[in-house]
Amino acid sequence: MKSKFLPFSIFIIFFVIFIIFYKGLQDTNIYTPDVKINNEIPSYSAELFYSGKIVNSSEIFDLNKYYLLNIWSSWCVPCRQEHSILIDLANNKNLKLIGINYKDKKENAKKFLEELGNPYEKIIFDKDGTSAIEWGAYGVPETFLIYDNRIIKKYIGPLNKHSVKEVKLLMK
Amino acid sequence: MLYSVIGYYSLILGLCFSLILIYFSIINFRNSKILDTKILSFTFLQFFFVIISFLCLVLSFVFSDFSNETVFNNSHTTKPLFYKIAGTWGNHEGSLLLWLFVLTLFILIFFLRSKNQPIKYKILTLVFQQIIIIGFFVFLIMTSNPFNYIYPTPEEGLGLNPILQDPALVIHPPILYLGYVGSSIIFSSVLAATTLNMISKNWASHIKKWVLISWFFLTIGILLGSIWAYYELGWGGFWFWDPVENVSLMPWLALTTLLHCILVLEKKLILTSWVIILSITTFLLSMSGTFLVRSGILNSVHTFASDPQRGLFILIFLFSLIFLSLFIFFFFHKNNENNLSSFFWLSKETAIIINNWFMMYFLSVVLIGTIYPIFLDVLSSQKISVGPPFYHKLIIPFLIPFLLIMAIGPKLKWIRSNLENKIYLISLLVISILLSYLIVKNFEYNFLINSILISSALYLFFMNLRDFFIQKYQNISQNISHFGFSLLILSILFNNLFSTEVITNLKVGETFESSKTKIIFENVSQRTGKNYESIIGNFSIQNSKGKVENFLPELRIYNQPNIVTSEADIKTTLISDKFIVINLVQNQDYFNIRYQVKPFMIWIWLSVVLISFGGLISLLKKKYEK
Repeated sequence: MKSKFLPFSIFIIFFVIFIIFYKGLQDTNIYTPDVKINNEIPSYSAELFYSGKIVNSSEIFDLNKYYLLNIWSSWCVPCRQEHSILIDLANNKNLKLIGINYKDKKENAKKFLEELGNPYEKIIFDKDGTSAIEWGAYGVPETFLIYDNRIIKKYIGPLNKHSVKEVKLLMK
Repeated sequence: MLYSVIGYYSLILGLCFSLILIYFSIINFRNSKILDTKILSFTFLQFFFVIISFLCLVLSFVFSDFSNETVFNNSHTTKPLFYKIAGTWGNHEGSLLLWLFVLTLFILIFFLRSKNQPIKYKILTLVFQQIIIIGFFVFLIMTSNPFNYIYPTPEEGLGLNPILQDPALVIHPPILYLGYVGSSIIFSSVLAATTLNMISKNWASHIKKWVLISWFFLTIGILLGSIWAYYELGWGGFWFWDPVENVSLMPWLALTTLLHCILVLEKKLILTSWVIILSITTFLLSMSGTFLVRSGILNSVHTFASDPQRGLFILIFLFSLIFLSLFIFFFFHKNNENNLSSFFWLSKETAIIINNWFMMYFLSVVLIGTIYPIFLDVLSSQKISVGPPFYHKLIIPFLIPFLLIMAIGPKLKWIRSNLENKIYLISLLVISILLSYLIVKNFEYNFLINSILISSALYLFFMNLRDFFIQKYQNISQNISHFGFSLLILSILFNNLFSTEVITNLKVGETFESSKTKIIFENVSQRTGKNYESIIGNFSIQNSKGKVENFLPELRIYNQPNIVTSEADIKTTLISDKFIVINLVQNQDYFNIRYQVKPFMIWIWLSVVLISFGGLISLLKKKYEK
């Protein structure tokens, strides 16, 4: 009895793993927007990166303007990858970039920006990751397109050519 | 155009031979005498067609035949010839064709090299191997045909990603594949041997060659990838715990464990279950690596193109193999080994079993770190990323006992042993502890864990060093590999502890000065390469002793596709690497400079070479000694 139980349970375990991977494949497309879109942006007090001033997060965003909120960190490798895309996007006059520096050391983050350039108009310093939670973020990097204090679109993972095109399309 | 047609039909013919081979083997399995030559010739023909197909793809790349979709997507007329050829396996379709090529090559070699084995065993191995080969053929033809055709023919191709245009990366995939595919032979052979219940000392010494070959190539393949990451990605690191790196590390861990087990099996006929499970695991881990990387379920530099359909195919294929091997293991494996309890607790066997459990622990840490994010995502749609701190926290504490056991284990004898030369053992330990205390204290890195880690690594180092003098040429391969491993751990530790870094922004003509270094940015020059323009910075750097060196880091702006890469300038000496890399800062007239002094960098590479060299010696030697 015992000898049959072991193979059987191992078969079951692998079967479960199979199901999980199968489901994982179904939503491979990790760039799809979450349900959270079209929600109002959260309002909470946040610390600005350079000045250290405490502001209300919703004050940062004006109505009738497009904002790209990017959650990044110096320790995050994909952030490095997408940074050149952000720099290009920052040249766009109709779009303002706001950064949230996520669970980072200020010193490292500064080095990161010195090295790769600073595309952000303002940066919120999110030392303990609570800011990112307010936004409903999963991790870094993550990017939100915001208009009229609403989240229009959310990108999980690094931006790529495809998502940039989409951002430009949504702004028209 | 012509090449694409020939290539495509060769593939289909190759697939036909697989089916013929399986058919023949099954109907003639009982009187298998006649089959031997027939099977050999069919295997050869299959290999021949795959090589034709592969050459066709190479030629399409060489002649920039843009009517072929793969060539169009990955090549460009201005690319140097060397990289045109390398472009063949620098993409999803081509690299799969390379897999197939190596698969058919290895089964052919297997046949030629194992004349003395029983015919039934050879045929059964072939059948299992053909199942894998068919899987790859179908995958290639159905979902990722390298000979897809575009009309109208484009004038120009899209180009190969410049960071892949690098000599180390040209040979990295083929070498790594030799390792992966070598494990497929082990897999098929172990399944065949289990089915026929012929796992024996003889079988162990026969398959040991294949274990050593794949282990050797896998080690070198990982090393090359790591060297590439070091000087091309420009971060000055060599291992990032990226999922793709992990995916190559996992089979390596399993294979290394298997190597130790098989040596025991060859001597003592114990640990058969270990050997079977590890052989299966090694190959399946290589396959899951392919699945994880190619399906787009993970995100990484190596993800060529993510296509759920491909992912689904590999997933089903992978799990069919898993279920097949589980089935064979549970229904055919009879445990007819010597009684396990017949050895004393202090013996070589125990040491190897402990080694196995440690390796399994490291393997599971890496495995969990790699796939847990996927599980979490599916089960609770949370997304997390697992980084280096996770691996360091879980692995480093266990490295200490692992190193100590590695130092003592090989000194033990089979079955029952006493520790001889206790004075030596203890005095070396004391020396190591004192030395590491001095090192850590002198440099003000007074962390307890570091000193313990360094002392255990030093201990292993001294023990092996001593063996070189005492044991003469006995067991030289193991000694070299273990010595290499201790050297590796030591160099990684020193490298981590004593690296220094300067990050600053400089304009041309400016000087940066700190207490230890003085960096002068002399001037900037330009150069034109075949498919890129480059900006070269000229720096002279003075160290604390007043010695001045010249550095020429480079920024390359590739034209097709338009990508900027930074080529670090690295001055390597036996003691340390000096590494400088520059980056453009958008809309500014200064450059970002990163200057690192990394001690013992070259020893990391050399020690891995030593490790694999040990394996090579063991392969070339006739017999494994006591």
